[in-house]
Amino acid sequence: MPNVENWEVLLTALPILEKKSFQEGEEMGAAKQIKLEMKGISIEFPGVKALNQVDFNTMTGTSQALIGANGAGKSTLMKVLSGAYGHYTGEIYIDNEPVSIRNPKDAKDLGIQIVYQEVDTALVPYLTVGENIMLDYTVNDMSSKQIVSWGHIHKRSKDILDKMNVKVSSRKLVSELTLAEKQMVLIARAISKTCRFLIFDEPTAPLSHSETEELFRIVRALKQENVGVIFISHRLPELFEICDDITVMRDGEFVLKESIRDITQNQVVEYMLGRKLGDQFPKIDIRKGETVFETRNFGDGEKIHDIHIHVKKGEVIGIAGLVGAGKTELCKALFGMVKANTGDVILHGKKLRLRSPNEAVKQGIALVPEERRKEGILVSESVTANITAVNLKKFSILNTFLSFKKEKEAAREIIRNLGIKTPSENTRVQNLSGGNQQKVAIGKWLITDAEVYIFDEPTKGVDVGAKKDIFELIFQLAKRGKCIIYASCELSEMMGITDRMYVLYDGMIAKELQTSKTNEEEILFYSTGGK
Amino acid sequence: MNTAKTIQTARAPKSFELFDFLYKYGTLITIGLLIIVFGAMSDSFLQPSNIINILRSISIVTIIAIGITISLSVGGFDLSVGSVASLANALVISMFVWHGQGVWTSIILTILICLSAGVINSFMIVKLKIQDMLLTLAMMFVFQGIAQTYTKGATLSQNMIMPDGSFSTGIISPAFAKIGQVPWIIIIMLVVVAIVHVFLTYTKHGRYMYVIGGNMEAAKLSGIPVNKYRIAAYLMSAVFAAIGGIMLGARVMTAEVNSGAPYLMDSVAAAYIGFAVLGAGKPNAIGTFVGAVLIGILQNGLVMLSVPYYAMDIVKGTVLAFALAITYYKTK
Repeated sequence: MPNVENWEVLLTALPILEKKSFQEGEEMGAAKQIKLEMKGISIEFPGVKALNQVDFNTMTGTSQALIGANGAGKSTLMKVLSGAYGHYTGEIYIDNEPVSIRNPKDAKDLGIQIVYQEVDTALVPYLTVGENIMLDYTVNDMSSKQIVSWGHIHKRSKDILDKMNVKVSSRKLVSELTLAEKQMVLIARAISKTCRFLIFDEPTAPLSHSETEELFRIVRALKQENVGVIFISHRLPELFEICDDITVMRDGEFVLKESIRDITQNQVVEYMLGRKLGDQFPKIDIRKGETVFETRNFGDGEKIHDIHIHVKKGEVIGIAGLVGAGKTELCKALFGMVKANTGDVILHGKKLRLRSPNEAVKQGIALVPEERRKEGILVSESVTANITAVNLKKFSILNTFLSFKKEKEAAREIIRNLGIKTPSENTRVQNLSGGNQQKVAIGKWLITDAEVYIFDEPTKGVDVGAKKDIFELIFQLAKRGKCIIYASCELSEMMGITDRMYVLYDGMIAKELQTSKTNEEEILFYSTGGK
Repeated sequence: MNTAKTIQTARAPKSFELFDFLYKYGTLITIGLLIIVFGAMSDSFLQPSNIINILRSISIVTIIAIGITISLSVGGFDLSVGSVASLANALVISMFVWHGQGVWTSIILTILICLSAGVINSFMIVKLKIQDMLLTLAMMFVFQGIAQTYTKGATLSQNMIMPDGSFSTGIISPAFAKIGQVPWIIIIMLVVVAIVHVFLTYTKHGRYMYVIGGNMEAAKLSGIPVNKYRIAAYLMSAVFAAIGGIMLGARVMTAEVNSGAPYLMDSVAAAYIGFAVLGAGKPNAIGTFVGAVLIGILQNGLVMLSVPYYAMDIVKGTVLAFALAITYYKTK
């Protein structure tokens, strides 16, 4: 406990402090633009060179778009800038002064703040909005002060929220907020301290249209305040609406920086991909058979409604749509993860009962789920145990006793066929790279001989090489006459791998498209609610 | 990325190798050291009669701990085993003393009644989704209370005084007493350990349980009937607790109030020590047995060195904390 004398001094000092920080803000508004430069940034993770000699620069008072395909290194670069990865090589200059950013505190002290995509990881749900906004202050700036002044916290956070023109009470619990409001709280936290550069990592992905507009209003206001905004997004139209400059990255390397007025969306896509779309995807002509799998009036009673899809033998159909359109929900419902399914699911002319994944598997449906580590694999088990987990019956005698020899043979075969890079079949899956973990998650379904394979974002967090292997694998399955349902928000994958696709919007099928007769713009048009 | 690089990432850094070695063999080394130390300090410690004595003393702990091991294997936890053992002890003795039943009727009825404890546990945990540790903590008191209410707080034994002042007439069968004596009590323990080891390691069902314990969500999405196996695990846990309670009854031929309670702590410790044995890294039957042996030796040796019984909990609690420390440090 501090002594009383100290306390009073601190209390009286407080308003001055506050005043000063506001003044600082005003001064900054008038201040000259500050340059941020990153030169030759490289970073390596075990087995992967994530960034290779990347240059990046921006200024306060402007908004900079950072774009690249999945795995291009955008997020990694921004994590370096915000101090999350301290082991980079290369130089960072602010205002031509070299700086060293080795931990998040370094970055914050330099006025670099980041709003991560997963807002929930950065917020404490059972504390109030005010406490969350002032968290950095409570953690870092209270120094010898021991008593939390509630009045100060709520007053200061209310000021910030008012300044942002956000109507959320600072006394509300964060757990009661919507996702968009949580994001606002994080932005408020970022600007509660000196903020010269603010990084947004895919902020609009989970937001609705009106929420996005609201976010853009705040971004514009921040620019007015001489904050440098760095915006990572996959949605090109948004970037062209909100950003001044654009930096494109590909495969961990810098590609180009251009003023957004001097470039078109199509050019950006070309730079992002760096090659024609077809290259990545194997092109094999597969003869389609009769319709095998079909849903009628299918829904999960909550998010998705009235789904009519059909899949022919050997056909790859896509489920397109933005994040939140209901792709994952549809995949899970088809796999029996939802109790209150409505409508019919028909396989080979037979109506299926899908009350649990257990029933779904027995009836020939397989799902490679989106959240690989959480839902797809057993990290602490061996590759063998992972691969055989779905069909142990095949490896047991009298349906009870396991045959380790048979398991080993099957695991080795899968490892060989899928090119899983692992020292041995006994290695724990947690020691494999993301792409190889995903191959294990897919591989386990190959020994079940399912009829319908559902893939939910199978290339998420997977490097380019492994991606190609996964596409190859999907084609092999199609060749064997399986039905493939491929859900992804990556438009290029939709175009490359599917024969036909259904575009989901708000839990309903907005449009059915023939892949050969459509393009990315059209998919995006229907995904965003176009009619 | 090439294979060489993957191998590199797969191999643990060198500084961890000593820890890994100690993790794998630490328990066995400790047992060895304890035997040497106690053997040197006390002449009678290494006598065959004392070794049999140790095995006898750990048999009940081991069987109850095996139940906990099974509940741990599906990622659950059963704290109510001690109370279920108390209940089984009271039930089985009362079957003889109050109701004059035969050996088989008494044992089977006792197990069936205790099975209902497992049914309640699994229903509340699996269907109502209550956290296992908290629920079984609550049920621990419920079952303990039921056992006490059933016996009206009295100790049951042959020729006990009934509430109406008469003496009970039932007789505990001599065949039943055999269960609690050497060699049968040790044989039963070894058979249970062997069966559960085979079950967990060599059968499909055991593998499913480990998969569920490792990642319940992934297990569900692999099509494993997760709830069925979780329910089965709590039922088995209750059955093994009941068997432990019955053996306790056979050994002491009475049913004291809360007789099973002291076994909880030892069993939890045995199961957690078992995690590390030979580097299994997960609950397993052999490891649990080794854990029980470690505790048994420690207890026996300390008694011989005249450490008072009331100080024993300090030692046991420390051993448990140590086992937990190793397990969680490893999984960090």
